[in-house]
Amino acid sequence: MKRKLTMIQAITEAMDQKLADDSRIMLLGEDIGVNGGVFRATEELVHKYGPDRIVDTPLAEAGIIGAAIGLAMNGKIPVVEIQFLAFIYPGFEQIVSHAARMRYRTRGQYHVPMVIRTPYGAGIRGPELHSESVETFFAHVPGLKVVAPSTPYDAKGLLIAAMEDPDPVIFLEPTKLYRAFKQEVPEEMYRVPIGKAKVVQEGSDVSIFAWGAMLRVAEDAAKQIERENGLSCEVIDLRTLYPLDRDTIIASVKKTGRAVVVHEAHKTAGLGAEIISIINDEALIYMKAPVKRITGFDVPVPQFSIEDDYLPTAERVKDGIMETATF
Amino acid sequence: MSSLYQVLSPAGELVGDLKGQLDEATMIKMYENMVLVRQFDRKSINLQRQGRMGTYAPFEGQEASQVGSAMALTPGDWLFPTYRDHAAAIVHGQSMARVFLYWMGHMEGSISPKHLNIMPPCVPIATQMVHAVGTAWASKLQNEQHVSIAYFGDGASSEGDFHEALNFAGVFQTPTIFFCQNNGFAISVPFSQQSASKTIAQRSAAYDIPGVRIDGNDIFAVWLTMKEAMQRALEGKGPTLIEAVTFRYGAHTTADDPKKYRDQESLSEEWRKERDALQRLRVYLENQGLWNETREVELIERVSEQIDAALVEAESYPKSKPEDMFKHVYAEPTWMATEQESELVKPSKQEGIPA
Ligand SMILES: Cc1ncc(C[n+]2csc(CCOP(=O)(O)OP(=O)(O)O)c2C)c(N)n1
Repeated sequence: MKRKLTMIQAITEAMDQKLADDSRIMLLGEDIGVNGGVFRATEELVHKYGPDRIVDTPLAEAGIIGAAIGLAMNGKIPVVEIQFLAFIYPGFEQIVSHAARMRYRTRGQYHVPMVIRTPYGAGIRGPELHSESVETFFAHVPGLKVVAPSTPYDAKGLLIAAMEDPDPVIFLEPTKLYRAFKQEVPEEMYRVPIGKAKVVQEGSDVSIFAWGAMLRVAEDAAKQIERENGLSCEVIDLRTLYPLDRDTIIASVKKTGRAVVVHEAHKTAGLGAEIISIINDEALIYMKAPVKRITGFDVPVPQFSIEDDYLPTAERVKDGIMETATF
Repeated sequence: MSSLYQVLSPAGELVGDLKGQLDEATMIKMYENMVLVRQFDRKSINLQRQGRMGTYAPFEGQEASQVGSAMALTPGDWLFPTYRDHAAAIVHGQSMARVFLYWMGHMEGSISPKHLNIMPPCVPIATQMVHAVGTAWASKLQNEQHVSIAYFGDGASSEGDFHEALNFAGVFQTPTIFFCQNNGFAISVPFSQQSASKTIAQRSAAYDIPGVRIDGNDIFAVWLTMKEAMQRALEGKGPTLIEAVTFRYGAHTTADDPKKYRDQESLSEEWRKERDALQRLRVYLENQGLWNETREVELIERVSEQIDAALVEAESYPKSKPEDMFKHVYAEPTWMATEQESELVKPSKQEGIPA
């Protein structure tokens, strides 16, 4: 049967099906029970699985994430919801010092199969600290996997894969896309593999790399530029930010010789720099132009009166494409 | 410990000792301030509904806690509000226009009047509490007769920062006042599920600092407790934890629907009827011959004018420019940011480029 779901519905369904499928799965977070989470990702689940598996925790991110680490080490698979990415910071210590290192420190004796889900990104007119895009913090820490879907289909498949992954996964959900559009999503459980990018649109002149909410901006720019200038863009959704899918990146730039990276995170030390480095290491001689980065700026994400000016736009991406194309 | 300190009963009767500290003018000012901030709060919700303001955090029901505590402060004191404590900020001297601006999505809404130390609304939970320890510590080291007050909610008392703040303040005997408005809920989670401790005030015992649990809808109790805490702080006797028990009639924010997790209407109705802070003070003042309907009508008119004037000021504030986001990130802009800024404001290079 064909049904269309929003990303938030796809995420709920992924958790619902895994909860039914695996009794070790439990959800923890602030307001995820009767309230169904601030974005309603856990809507109704507490009525189905009870308060022992869908746990409304005290307001304490270090407590939630730290306890989840212990739960994971001792037979459970905790899926944690943090209300907004910026509110993960009180639990950051637990993520980097413990979740990420437990396997390493115990030489494989213990491991931490857990998922930390959190909305991220700007464009929703949120108050201060509700729009951050700091995926680099996590991609920088060995021991974590970092995932950022851009479609309902991928969100479900990647979240199921994340819940089955033996390592801690930071699962970044682009807030702006939660209810932005619907897509056909299979009813059964399926997996989208972690670590694999997706070629969303094939092309021959320029490769565009993006993830999360920026994928739509990249696709938009690619369509416009094709119409206006006849340039053929290959659009790639990275989907997993750690580990990066090097093969797909390299194969694409070998074909096109030009690349643009689009991310809403701050420019300096953003993942764009890493992607450029990979290209330099592996495909420099194929390149006809320096790789362009279209990113958020090195400023705190501004309040919503000028929030849209912070975010990369299709216009800015098109400028970047033209710069590499006419280098 | 779980008993509530109360001075003015819900029926508007004096049940405690005013300790000769509250004169009539102050009582009237208390009432006027509470009416002002209640009108401000309602206006803000309306503006949000009209799309003239972003998501807003209302406080109706908590006026006595915020107004009473802020009225006890003196201008040099440091005030650390959360996203819900604009009433305290306004009473301490923040302009209403600034508060509007903040909720309209302008960082400039956080600018404090020059002679006051009013911090921006703190969005991450409990994190401001440790700052209030730091500023108070500095005041003490510099022999300044000032306290720092940190506002926070019942949910905040679960965060590590709450405990670290209380512990530091105890160790260094800083003149900090930890002012909790226990409104019973952290978004959807009731206090009974937040913590197994019966009260927040009792946590003070673990750090060996004084803790008091008061009726947060009784502005006299709030004010007198604050005065005592301030005196102790200024005499070098360290911090106090105040738990003001109150209730927020409305939603957590304008983006939240409380019907999902609490019996919204009847709970709010019950609190409003039985404990409302404005109502009880009004009855008291009327019984003392200090208030009447004529004054009430005159007051409502006066505060509406003030609020309207603040709104006009906020809405005529110059529109933010994109390049404003690059200001104040560092004392001196970095080359990276400067380059990015010129990229942002440059005219589109689209035109004239050959295909
Ligand atoms: C560190 C952190 N975690 C989560 C949030 C999301 N959040 C905003 S308000 C809130 C509830 C706060 O409850 P409480 O401290 O009781 O204050 P109240 O809002 O009731 O005044 C939560 C969980 C946040 N702002 N910061």
